Amino acid sequence: MMDSRVIQQLQTAFPNLTASEFRGQTRVVAPVESIHEVLETLKEKFAFDLLVDITCVDYLYYPDAEDRFGLVYLLANAETGRRITVRCFVNDTDPTVPSVVGLWKGANWLEREVWDMFGVRFDGHPDLRRILLPEEFTAHPLRKDYPLQGRGERHNFPVITRAEG
Amino acid sequence: MSHPGGLAHDEPWPYLWTMNFGPQHPATHTTLRLVLKLDGERVVDAMPDIGFLHSGFEKLGEHLDYNQYVTVTDRMNYVSPMANNVAWHLAVEKLLGIETPPRCQSIRVIVAELARISDHLLCLGAMGLDTGAFTHFIYAFNPREQISDIFEALCGARFTNSYTRVGGLMYDASPNAIEMIRDFLKQLPKTLSDMERLMNRNRIFVDRMKGVGVLSKAEAINRGCSGPIARASGVTRDLRKNEPYLNYRDFDFNVCCAEGGDCYARYLVRLAEIRESLKIIHQAVENLPAGPVNVVGTGPFFGEKTFFANQSRSENTDLSPSASRVILPDKKAVFSTIEGLISHFELVMANRGFRTPCEEIYCATEAPNGELGFYIVGDGGPRAYRARCRPPSFVHFALFPHLIRGHTIGDVVAVLGSLNIIAAELDR
Repeated sequence: MMDSRVIQQLQTAFPNLTASEFRGQTRVVAPVESIHEVLETLKEKFAFDLLVDITCVDYLYYPDAEDRFGLVYLLANAETGRRITVRCFVNDTDPTVPSVVGLWKGANWLEREVWDMFGVRFDGHPDLRRILLPEEFTAHPLRKDYPLQGRGERHNFPVITRAEG
Repeated sequence: MSHPGGLAHDEPWPYLWTMNFGPQHPATHTTLRLVLKLDGERVVDAMPDIGFLHSGFEKLGEHLDYNQYVTVTDRMNYVSPMANNVAWHLAVEKLLGIETPPRCQSIRVIVAELARISDHLLCLGAMGLDTGAFTHFIYAFNPREQISDIFEALCGARFTNSYTRVGGLMYDASPNAIEMIRDFLKQLPKTLSDMERLMNRNRIFVDRMKGVGVLSKAEAINRGCSGPIARASGVTRDLRKNEPYLNYRDFDFNVCCAEGGDCYARYLVRLAEIRESLKIIHQAVENLPAGPVNVVGTGPFFGEKTFFANQSRSENTDLSPSASRVILPDKKAVFSTIEGLISHFELVMANRGFRTPCEEIYCATEAPNGELGFYIVGDGGPRAYRARCRPPSFVHFALFPHLIRGHTIGDVVAVLGSLNIIAAELDR
């Protein structure tokens, strides 16, 4: 269901916001400069109090794509189940977006996973470390230019031998 | 090993112990590691260290086609693989705009609810085992064996089922399998009352569970909880009611909630949900619609607004796939007719397969552990451009330090058991 009232009010507050709909899903694209403000407004004013997921898409080989990374924030209302998808795009060699851990504590691990897998830095995150891969890992494997079979990191992981222990 | 921001209490209390818990410890259930900071027996802080079972499932999803990837979803939450199968193919069908026939939807509801029972039984059994009640564990595991038998009768596999297909199912449910489900429905309530009588007022169990790992409603929402863990804290959100998918709208069942937010509340919510699942399965089995399990027909699936890569809109209307271009043909037709063989190979060969819209969708289901969703990006080709899984365990395990602070070391297993962390889903 397209929540036109929410979209209208949101677009009045943030003029450069684009909205679309597909299969009943409402999606807005916000510029990265105002993404934190948009999410905060959605949480405080429009009662999207549940952060369902934060994920990222690398559009490197996507047909007709202009931007490299697309951050996806899936929000919902815990009572009614209303949903909204907020996206923003980043392009730099060192992509950075503001962290939303201050709004939702649940964002902590989700942002760490995006950093781990895509190398998107979250500005203001209290503890931005790798979460699934070991600290020694240098690449961000869900980027499209990373090969499926890896670059041989597995064979160079440090191994604890009995003699050392 | 340095952990910036991890254990902040090093300086003021130099007498704190650091204890390593896992990754290979029976009470962690699977492979996960906790670094605990202890003041005597009291846990001052905990730092989860995960990723031991990371196997790049999301990367694999970009290299396997929409039907092949279902085998990978089996291995995410391997306690209830059927629920993952259903979740994945619902998301794919939402991307393609396919509506499955009523019989398929009912069978999917049945298997998803059986998977929920199976998952909850394991969780309840293990909660008992972790707090010292071995009998309870055996009580819970017997019906799980029966569920495995039912799944074997449905699709030939007990554990890694891969039962669903795009627009349908691998096989229709046989009358034999339906009979087995009916038997199961008759027998499980007795086992459940046995389990209830054994544990619900058991003083040792209740003492270990009550007031341990308390999660308030506000915290549950703020930390993104879903499923039984959120409902044990008073959040009424259940995707089967809030945004009904499949044909859940047709069934009469209750959403089970509690207000305690502690381990005991999570135990009770899971136990109550099993009974509600039984109600749903009973209604679905007795009212199972007749008809095909796979989508039939030749109409185009996509709406007008979708478009494909490297194609103009006028071409698009001619090339929209019809049902026969998306659904794997019946095996009998594949082996005995040339048309069947051709359409089979048109779908499974590496450079063939069906087209998908250049769009992005998120589709969530109420999996046993909480909201299991897939965020799929289609790029026109037969493989997902991005197949993100929103795993409930990952979100719930992030809670752990918050829940355990201030409790004793014995409570670590109780809290861990009540969260029902499945590490394969946690790490993917």
